[in-house]
Amino acid sequence: MDNLAIPEKIYEELIRHCREEAPYEACGILAGRGREVTVAYRMTNTDRSSVSYIMDSGEQFRVMKEMRAENLSMLAIYHSHSSSPAYPSSKDVSLAFYEDAVYIIVSLAGEEPVVKAFRINNREITETGIIIGRA
Amino acid sequence: MAVKVRIPTPLQRLTQGKEEVEGVPGTVIALVNNLEKHYPGIAERISEGGKIRRFVNIYLNEEDIRFLKAEETVVKDGDEVSIVPAIAGGVFTVNSVSLQCH
Repeated sequence: MDNLAIPEKIYEELIRHCREEAPYEACGILAGRGREVTVAYRMTNTDRSSVSYIMDSGEQFRVMKEMRAENLSMLAIYHSHSSSPAYPSSKDVSLAFYEDAVYIIVSLAGEEPVVKAFRINNREITETGIIIGRA
Repeated sequence: MAVKVRIPTPLQRLTQGKEEVEGVPGTVIALVNNLEKHYPGIAERISEGGKIRRFVNIYLNEEDIRFLKAEETVVKDGDEVSIVPAIAGGVFTVNSVSLQCH
């Protein structure tokens, strides 16, 4: 239904990105059409911090332009939590401006990464599903 | 010819779903205040006390206005202004963030 389909390759790339950035938080955008992700954009966390992220605004502007030109929608925004659970923090909620996008959080707190997806509307958090592979 | 203003998805509820609206030439802050006349509620999402909010980025054509003259940057007919809310988060609590439309 509302589940987001992420091809395995993109999913693995997302985890790799988060691991590479650790202990800093990684961030990026997943774009596609309908509910199917077709492209992942690694973004620069200009905060370079283990407890916060802010996407490089120039990169964000260029990626949004590219998505528009390619007729893609921003389906998800991902970031990592290097030592806390895969659940939105109060700051994540306060700054969740893009209510149409799914917020994916990759927790690297345990041995294996934990990936969860959420909708954040009017500061209300609802967990949503992701399907790895094709929809 | 007017100024083309690109509205981000979080603010399109205030522009009746329009992705692009027309703005008036002049300073960026005057343009934002003028948008308020047509789309009530939009100015406070973008600015506060005459300043662009911290988590809102504004581009004049390809340039971030912070690298120009910020709110006082002059926009001309035919220019394109893009309003781009930041994508950010983290563990620390932040105060006074109210871009969302309720």
